[in-house]
Amino acid sequence: MPGLDDLYQQLILDHYRRPRHRGTLTDPTIEVDQHNPLCGDELHITVRIVDDQITEIAHAGEGCSISQSSASMMSDAVVGHSVADALTMIEHFRRVMHGDVAADETILGDAIALEGVAKYPVRIKCALLSWMALKDGLINGTPTAQEDQ
Amino acid sequence: MTHAALIDPLRVRQDFSLLDPTEGGARLVYLDSAATSQKPNAVLEAMDDYYRCANANVHRGVYRLAQEATERFEDGRRAVAELVTAPLPGTIFTKNATEAINLVAWAWGLRTLRPHDVVMVTEMEHHSGIVPWQIVAKMTGAEVRFAPITPEGELDHEWIDHTLASAPVRMVSIVHVSNVLGTINPVTDIVARAHAHGALVLVDASQSVPHMPVSFADIGCDFMAFTGHKMLGPTGIGVLVGRPELLDEMEPFLGGGEMIADVRTDGSDWADLPSKFEAGTPPIAESVGLGAACAYLSSLGLDAVRAHEVHLTAYALDALSEIEGLRIFGPRDPARRGGAISFHLPDLHPHDIAQLVDADNICVRAGHHCAKPLMRALGVNATARASTYIYNDTGDIDAFVTALHRARAYFAG
Repeated sequence: MPGLDDLYQQLILDHYRRPRHRGTLTDPTIEVDQHNPLCGDELHITVRIVDDQITEIAHAGEGCSISQSSASMMSDAVVGHSVADALTMIEHFRRVMHGDVAADETILGDAIALEGVAKYPVRIKCALLSWMALKDGLINGTPTAQEDQ
Repeated sequence: MTHAALIDPLRVRQDFSLLDPTEGGARLVYLDSAATSQKPNAVLEAMDDYYRCANANVHRGVYRLAQEATERFEDGRRAVAELVTAPLPGTIFTKNATEAINLVAWAWGLRTLRPHDVVMVTEMEHHSGIVPWQIVAKMTGAEVRFAPITPEGELDHEWIDHTLASAPVRMVSIVHVSNVLGTINPVTDIVARAHAHGALVLVDASQSVPHMPVSFADIGCDFMAFTGHKMLGPTGIGVLVGRPELLDEMEPFLGGGEMIADVRTDGSDWADLPSKFEAGTPPIAESVGLGAACAYLSSLGLDAVRAHEVHLTAYALDALSEIEGLRIFGPRDPARRGGAISFHLPDLHPHDIAQLVDADNICVRAGHHCAKPLMRALGVNATARASTYIYNDTGDIDAFVTALHRARAYFAG
């Protein structure tokens, strides 16, 4: 579609149609809920951490193509990495979304396809939702579900 | 709706620079008037002329320019009061409809509500009709109860009657036309039932005053709130209409200049209505613009405006219903609803819909529409919403439906 292909790249549509790591882990190390107050989208992320390594991650909930594909790409990116590495990735992705740095594919993997979202200010929150949820979970340990306002 | 001249949207569009393709180039399909309407040139010109030729602060100036400004400002109030058949002293300017409801919640509710008193709102309320009451309920110990909606998107009137009869309901704060479902609530009837049980009624008429004849006197409610920018007027001005005898009894909401009769070191006295509730310099140019908007609506005739809405809504409901899997929220009878149509597509998120149809120059809204309790009642996080007004035609609906099909194909891959 004219003018939108930089936003909706094929890789994004692919992750949206066939999301990776979709679901909920049983007995996760970390469990976090996040919602986007702008659109009402909700996201539930569960993570298993063994010896400081993210061994498994799953995301559930409802959202637009950007938030859903972003959750899928993020899960792909962080699984198998240490908590510290994941936090570095999240910070890099956040800065990419705010247009502070160019996206580094070696850090982000498929999520580099989301770089174009930075040009659509109202959609940046959609792309960041899952990453901020994971950051919240990793920093705050095992937070209880954030109460919906 | 007899004798109503028909609206010619193509003719109307010529009065709106932003929508006139001869001025703007590519044609804009604006289907978000429930959020804010576009402004006719007559409104822009009236405000421009006020600033260029008559700008002064109102009410206290002795010089002729200040008198001219005061007259134009008060002409706006008269036009609004006439449009909705409201008492002039009870027609108060606020910043928006939200402030108008907050004014009642604070100036009436905070001083009147007692622990266990009930404020009845509805599940289809805009957040502006919920949150002010929640804040005041927390401070007074009163309770906010939500009238549920039926699967058809109408109010559960049995619940309302049962609650009025069994609970100490002091206030019913209810939307006239839902900004999500389009439902037109039978407010005149609800007012009579609430009054029979001693409850006051505030009607949020933000989505009705722009679109149909609305009479404060005929509805019989105690307070009515609406906003200028959804009825062809500027942002920055809203209206609270109240029964003057109630407003007289109430304490002020905001304090400052303009709203006093006397200020002493040991206390102050309040000005008469409506000034008592208009602290500080009021929205002067905005009143002028709103007056011009009222004149524009009256020249079209609100019966004709409503007839056009019914016509377009019927067309849009039919066209959208033909899309496979599309679920429309709210009443299906165009005579029972306004022109805001919210819907859900199983395979296309509202945000993506709004983003994709924007590529075709079509403006629709996506999200919770400041009605999260309603979203929960409907079992969705968000909806897409198309809403029409006097400048829309069936061609706009066709363009939107075509764009929806394109968006769907794009995502299906």
